[in-house]
Amino acid sequence: MFALRSSAPRVLGRVSAVRPATSTLLQRGMATVNDPPAEKEQSKMKTFSIYRWNPESPSEKPRMQSYTLDLNKTGPMMLDALIRIKNELDPTLTFRRSCREGICGSCAMNINGQNTLACLCRIPTESKDDVKLYPLPHTYVVKDLVPDLTHFYKQYKSIKPYLQRDTPSPDGKEYRQTKEDRKKLDGLYECILCACCSTSCPSYWWNSEEYLGPAILLQSYRWLADSRDERTAERKTNLENSMSLYRCHTILNCTRTCPKGLNPGKAIAEIKMQMALGS
Amino acid sequence: MRLSGLQKEVLALYRHCLRESRRKPEATRAHFEKFARAEFARNLHLDKRDFGAIEYLLRKGKRQLDAYSSPGIKDVR
Repeated sequence: MFALRSSAPRVLGRVSAVRPATSTLLQRGMATVNDPPAEKEQSKMKTFSIYRWNPESPSEKPRMQSYTLDLNKTGPMMLDALIRIKNELDPTLTFRRSCREGICGSCAMNINGQNTLACLCRIPTESKDDVKLYPLPHTYVVKDLVPDLTHFYKQYKSIKPYLQRDTPSPDGKEYRQTKEDRKKLDGLYECILCACCSTSCPSYWWNSEEYLGPAILLQSYRWLADSRDERTAERKTNLENSMSLYRCHTILNCTRTCPKGLNPGKAIAEIKMQMALGS
Repeated sequence: MRLSGLQKEVLALYRHCLRESRRKPEATRAHFEKFARAEFARNLHLDKRDFGAIEYLLRKGKRQLDAYSSPGIKDVR
């Protein structure tokens, strides 16, 4: 559909340019209709330089492969370009994607040096430079742009990310919360665990075995801040060591990179404050 | 012969695989052993200085060992 819409006016535009000026009236009529698109529809070529590595031949080194697309025939987002490359240029290109609207977190990758979701990242049109795509930094690569997040999920599991209660609710129905208590969870529950922030954190790069990383700490705080949870003290004692929490040195790469606009740095600071004040 | 750390790790994984197959039912034990040996033999041609590839295969092997050592798996073909 994109192809149809963009190619039709261009053909017309070329015809009007070649046509000799026989009738001024006709020419002016044609020009007003066709000239603006003819200017705009110059094919905008963009080169995407993509990290490739195939686990089937492990002795082969990773390499960068370039693909060139006409942006007029491609959707506006990086994921559109990737899908088009996979459909039309190279079906062996491997990447994760699912919702294409920034709610699943599958397509997290490093685009031009910034960890972000390919589906929320516009293809930069102002510069002519190549776009560079890498998998999330400091992760084991499964293939091409697919990172191995097993350890990340294991850490998520280790903080018990679910409501822990011993007392039943007073009316035997749901656990209720005041509006103020619910408000504390805003900016925390939106996290989709795309791992963009954790893999952008230098502290996490060097200590990923023990340091939980911004994404998991944000989730920790989400459960510490929940008024319905009754294991707050236990959750805090689990963080009371030099590695799990205190490897955060407020570098704030996490906050800068978060594709959902959340603030893991602030959540970690809140945990530190709660722990320091012992409240 | 003195072995490097990486070589020791590979041998440790190999022995671990064979030891794990001893937990399997006697009828299919041979299949597990054969499978483990074949997995290692497939990459025998690798250069011993190709650390990246060997480390990747070690990680992959450990993952596979984890999966296959679950007691639910009775046979491998």
